[in-house]
Amino acid sequence: MKDTPATQTPIWNPYVAGFVLGLVLLGSFVIMGFGLGGSGAANRLGIAACDLVAPAATEGNAYFGQFAGAGKRVLHDWLVWEALGVFLGGVLASYSAGRSSLGVLRSEGVSVAQRLAFALGGGVLMGVAARIARGCTSGQALTGGAVLSAGSWMFMMAVFAGGYLVAPLVRRQWR
Amino acid sequence: MNGLPLYPNDVFGENTGMLLGTLIGMAFGFTLERAGFGRAPVLAAQFYLTDTRVFKVMFSAIVTAAVGIGVLSGFGALDLAMITVPETFVAPQIVGGLVFGAGFIVSGLCPGTSIVAAASGNLDGLVTYVGVILGSVIFGLVYPALEGFYLSGALGVVRLDTALSLPFGALAFGVFLMAAGCFLVAEKLERIFSARAGRDAPPGQSRTRNGAIAALATAAVVALVGGFVHKHEAPVAQAAAIAPAPVKAAAATRRTASTPSKDAPAAGSAPAPSAAPVVAPQGAPRKGGGC
Repeated sequence: MKDTPATQTPIWNPYVAGFVLGLVLLGSFVIMGFGLGGSGAANRLGIAACDLVAPAATEGNAYFGQFAGAGKRVLHDWLVWEALGVFLGGVLASYSAGRSSLGVLRSEGVSVAQRLAFALGGGVLMGVAARIARGCTSGQALTGGAVLSAGSWMFMMAVFAGGYLVAPLVRRQWR
Repeated sequence: MNGLPLYPNDVFGENTGMLLGTLIGMAFGFTLERAGFGRAPVLAAQFYLTDTRVFKVMFSAIVTAAVGIGVLSGFGALDLAMITVPETFVAPQIVGGLVFGAGFIVSGLCPGTSIVAAASGNLDGLVTYVGVILGSVIFGLVYPALEGFYLSGALGVVRLDTALSLPFGALAFGVFLMAAGCFLVAEKLERIFSARAGRDAPPGQSRTRNGAIAALATAAVVALVGGFVHKHEAPVAQAAAIAPAPVKAAAATRRTASTPSKDAPAAGSAPAPSAAPVVAPQGAPRKGGGC
C-alpha cells in the first residue's frame, strides 16, 4: 500500500473514530428515534429509476409497489436525505484531508477493469443481500447492534463469516 | 422527563426531520472518511486480519451508542420504547448476512462506505453503489420467487435485553466487556497476520485503546447502575399507531418500533402506517412518560 503523503491529514485512531461514530449514531437515536442507514437510499433510487422507465410494471411489482405508486413519493424519505448527507460529509472530509482525488483505488494484482468488475459484482451481492436482511452494515449491524436487536447481531456475525469465507478467493485483488 | 427522542415527541416536523437527516448523514459520512473507510483496501484488510480497523471502529461505535442509550434511558431522559428497533427474521438475516459479507470482501466496501469512497473521488466506490442499486432492483424483480423465504423466521422485534429480562444498561455493559476483550484479541491477531503477510502491523494504539476502554467502562458502569435504578416497564404493545407523518410511518415500517408487535411480519418492507407503532401509548407524549 502507498505511503500517506505528508500533505494528507492522517486518518483517526480507530477507537477515537469509533467513539465519534457512536456519538453520531447516539445523536440520531436521541434526535430522530432511529439510527443510520446505507442501502435504503439505494433501494429507493433503484425503484425511482424503474418507475421512471416503466411505471406500470414498477407499481405492479409486489415489492416495488410498496414504495412507488399513487400518493407515494419514493425518494421523499429520511434515508435518502441522510445518504445525500453521507456523500456531502464524505466530500467535506476527503477534500479537507487532502485525500480527494479522482481515480480507481486498486492494488497491483488487478487491472482497472477487473477492480471495477469486482466493485460492481460485490455491490450487486450486497444490494440483494441488504434487501433480504432488511438492512446493511449501517442499518442492521451498527444501528440494530446498538439497540441490541437479536436479528442484527445474527446478521453482523454472518457478515463477518461470509467475508472470511470468501476472502481467500479474492486475495489477489488486495495484494 | 422522557423528552427524548425529540422527533417522536413531536418537537419538530417532517421537513425539519429531513434536513436534520442530511446533517446527521454529513456527520456520519465525515466520520467514516476520517476513519479511513473511503478506501477499499483499508476495509478489506479486516478480512485478512492485517488491520482490524473495521472491527475496532464498529464495536467502539456500537458500545458508545448502546452505553449512551443505556445511560439516557436508565435515568429516564430517553424513552426506550420510542426507539425504533429492526425486526428479526432469523433465516433471511443469517443468509443475507453471509451473502452480504461475500459482497463486502469482493467489493472492499459496504453501501455506506461506498458513498464515502465515491465522495472521495474513488470510482470503485461509485461503481459499488451502482451495484448496490442494481442488486436492490434485482431483488425486487425476483421478489415473487423469494417472498416465502423473505418472510420466513419472523420473530418481530426482539431486543436481547428484553429477551433475557435484563435492563438495557446491563446488556450494554455486557457488550462493552465483550468488546474490550475482543479489542485485545484483535490487536494480537493483526500483529500475527501482518507479520505473516510481510507487512508492518498497524501502529500501537494501546494508550488510546486503554483510554477508550476506561472512558467507556465508566459510562458502562453508569448505564449498568441506571438500568437497575430505573426499572423499565416492559414495552407495551398497542393497537393504534399515532404516526401521522409519512416519515414516521416509513420509519416504523422500515425498522419497526421497540413495541413487540408481532402482528405485522411483513412490516419490514410494507409501508403500512398502521402496522408498527413508534409512538408510546401516552396520547400527548411530550409531557408523558413514566419516570
